[in-house]
Amino acid sequence: MSIVAEMPSKNFELLSKDGDGELLEIAMGPHHPSTHGVFRMDVVLDGERVVKLKPVFGYLHRNHEKIAEGTTYLGSMPYTDRLDYFCSLTNNWAYALAVEKLAGLQVPERAEYIRVITAELTRLQNHACLMGFLVQDMGASGTPLMYAFREREKILDLFESLTGARMMCNYMRFGGCRCDLPAGWLDGAKKVVAETPRFIDEFEALLAGNEILMARTQNVGAMSRELAINASITGPMLRAAGVNYDLRKVDRYGIYDRFQFKVPLGDHGDTYDRYMVRVLEMRETVKILEQALAGISDGPIIDPKAKLRGFRPKVGEAYGRIEAPKGELGFYLISDGGPNPYRYRVRPPSLINLTVLEDLCLGQLVADVVVILGSVDIVLGEVDR
Amino acid sequence: MNTSDHPYLFILLLGLSAVAFALIPLGLAWLWAKKYSPKKENAIKNATYECGLESKGDAWIQFKSEYYLYAIIFLIFDVETIFLLPFAVSFTGLGVGAFISLMVFLFLLVSGLAWAWLKGVLTWK
Amino acid sequence: MSDTFDQIFVSLKHWLLGYLPVWSQPVISCLLSIAVIIVAFATLFAITTWLERKGLARIQNRYGPNRAGIPLTNISLFGLGQPAADGIKALTKEDIVPFAADKLVHFFAPVVLVIPVLLSYAVLPIGRNMVAVDMDAGLLFFFAVGAATELSVFMAGWSSRNKYALLGAMRAIAQMVSYEIPLILSSVSVIMMVGSLSTVKIVEAQSTYHGLLPDWFVFTPWGFAGFILFMISALAESNRSPFDLPEGESEIVAGYFIEYSGFKFALFFLAEYLGMFAISGLGITLFLGGWHAPFAWLTWIPSWAWFFIKLVTLVLILIWIRGTVPRLRMDQLMNFAWKFMLPMALLNLVGVAIWHFMTPGLPRWLVGFALVVGPYLLLGRGLMAGKNLAKRTYRFAE
Repeated sequence: MSIVAEMPSKNFELLSKDGDGELLEIAMGPHHPSTHGVFRMDVVLDGERVVKLKPVFGYLHRNHEKIAEGTTYLGSMPYTDRLDYFCSLTNNWAYALAVEKLAGLQVPERAEYIRVITAELTRLQNHACLMGFLVQDMGASGTPLMYAFREREKILDLFESLTGARMMCNYMRFGGCRCDLPAGWLDGAKKVVAETPRFIDEFEALLAGNEILMARTQNVGAMSRELAINASITGPMLRAAGVNYDLRKVDRYGIYDRFQFKVPLGDHGDTYDRYMVRVLEMRETVKILEQALAGISDGPIIDPKAKLRGFRPKVGEAYGRIEAPKGELGFYLISDGGPNPYRYRVRPPSLINLTVLEDLCLGQLVADVVVILGSVDIVLGEVDR
Repeated sequence: MNTSDHPYLFILLLGLSAVAFALIPLGLAWLWAKKYSPKKENAIKNATYECGLESKGDAWIQFKSEYYLYAIIFLIFDVETIFLLPFAVSFTGLGVGAFISLMVFLFLLVSGLAWAWLKGVLTWK
Repeated sequence: MSDTFDQIFVSLKHWLLGYLPVWSQPVISCLLSIAVIIVAFATLFAITTWLERKGLARIQNRYGPNRAGIPLTNISLFGLGQPAADGIKALTKEDIVPFAADKLVHFFAPVVLVIPVLLSYAVLPIGRNMVAVDMDAGLLFFFAVGAATELSVFMAGWSSRNKYALLGAMRAIAQMVSYEIPLILSSVSVIMMVGSLSTVKIVEAQSTYHGLLPDWFVFTPWGFAGFILFMISALAESNRSPFDLPEGESEIVAGYFIEYSGFKFALFFLAEYLGMFAISGLGITLFLGGWHAPFAWLTWIPSWAWFFIKLVTLVLILIWIRGTVPRLRMDQLMNFAWKFMLPMALLNLVGVAIWHFMTPGLPRWLVGFALVVGPYLLLGRGLMAGKNLAKRTYRFAE
């Protein structure tokens, strides 16, 4: 395993500070039930308390960026699905946005609406699953996870009928979307969106006030505002620390300025806030979806100037970013006028949010580590690329 | 004829049956493995599990003393509980005076607990 | 008629023994009882594994096992063949022992675990005249034997020479040791009331009926508190969710039996469930009237049937709990044991004494009630309030 840095085995004191016992170095992962994929944490424990933690990633490295530099612009689109495989549609959107900036394409209104609807549906299912995974990491043998997956299934069914795939949607195109909504899709989406508040209520009623859940998450893994900003944390994790920064409000990309929604902010920055901010965000997402589903009108779904074959954007560079469910997802592209990007770089929110893991975990118990990791919300496809 | 007439015999036989209950299936599994799936041990398969990595350092270490503190408190309380049992058995035949002495005894238990509590022993560091 | 049915196993045994020479009768009598205990509870174990998977699946909107049934046919019987399939799988799986492990201790740990678990059934009255050994110190025997399981858990964890196993074993010891005291203290309240350590006498003390309700100890304030304390400790002693920290699947993978495979793993599984039945059975004996029917007009149902009905009900409740709550953390677990369970159990003893000295009537109920609710509010709510745990309100930015 040459790409994985080995942990130096004896470069710290093996005796604990108070001298009552030896330290224990444990590799948690890659083959571990709750590292959300092939992720590894080299943890040093004093009893049960974490005194050192080193995240080690790269197990799922697939050379995504270099491969994309050797592929046509469109050829990378299905490959972006595999970044954060929970949210392929937002990945598509971020990439399409960058290319559209580069090529100067205009997205028709209907396509913008479809993008908002699919992206917000993606956010709903991502947050639902995250809540399930998080409580699963706390040891709630599967029940919340299955409840969350029940909701996710409905949304994935919608994706399937729209794009033909449940997870690897490959739906967006430069300047619009691949295909128009099938007949009756909007009604189906409206039904799913109408059912979601009930699910969120149920989830909140069952879990948000649960004493064990509160004891396991409140004041656990607290992150200060300053640390969050300095470590360039984005997404719900940043907002849980109390920073009002949501790209849908800041950049107003797409047509987000047309929708009324609020941004929930936490005050403590701990695991409970990260959990609750996502719950509240789901409620806001439902509001956006209701407005978008009501406001969508007929029209073309792709910019007529957009070329599928022989697509060569003019020389230049562009950075397209969106508020993905996990944070700021950005694509940085440099075009040399050829059919494939000269430089292609992803700003993965999972990876950057993960960098503060040690700061959050130090001094906590080993049981908290998995909960904190769960609340960071990572997908290894995106972390390792 | 009743098993209660021979309590020691019964417990001895139950213990032996328990051993047999554990060992017979293990023996069957061993026979099966011998006949149909002989062991093919190798250093990787029989390595200590540590999430797919080679285990570094030893697991047999001097572990944190926190656990032992609890063990010591347990010892005190467990012994005191044993003292409580004969008291409890004869409680119905005793009067209020005995009850008060029971209360004193309980108070001693509780003061021990309170001491440990105030000392911070019960708080996991 | 109902009496014949009630005593059917006892009479059957006596009838069988009548055909045997006198010298062999004690041994055969013992062996027959042992066979009945092992077969009955092993069957219950098989059914419970199925019930648990099915129940958890229902809680989680799944089907659970529904394929395995009668082999070579299409009859699936709601997946009831699953326990047999699991057993065969466990028997035929390769038994992997890590090279680093202490092989002898590693081998003996599961065997040692089964012995105390089965021994504890010796004093459990599962029906009228259906207790294997009516010991004067039955309860003491039960607790003494039950404490021996900790030894085996530590043997398993330490001999595996695995860091996760070590953590699991340490957690298991700390947890089982801590919850043993409230477990014993909550049963001491029953002993004070009955004045005997004999499980049979304890059941007898709850045989009468008082109006609609039976005179079970759970229907007194101190008994109710004792029962709840007992069941919480029992959950912790049998390492069941939300106290499954020694296994802690999401944290320390499988805890102390992480290096076990094949039938040794199955033995851990089996012993855990048998231990759960034993401790639930003791809870029934102490607080739920043992094998007595809940209503006088239901006494025609055999006593052993009542015992198993109550046992399965308790097991179902444990499955329900497992399907609904997250796991505690180590420090919270220990705090809960020492700062809540232990003081509550001690105060409960005072409650029993006062209940005993007061004359029956409403004042006794009020005082008994106050002695349970007061400490609960003080300790439970008070400790919670000190932790600043609460639902929060959130700000919204436009």
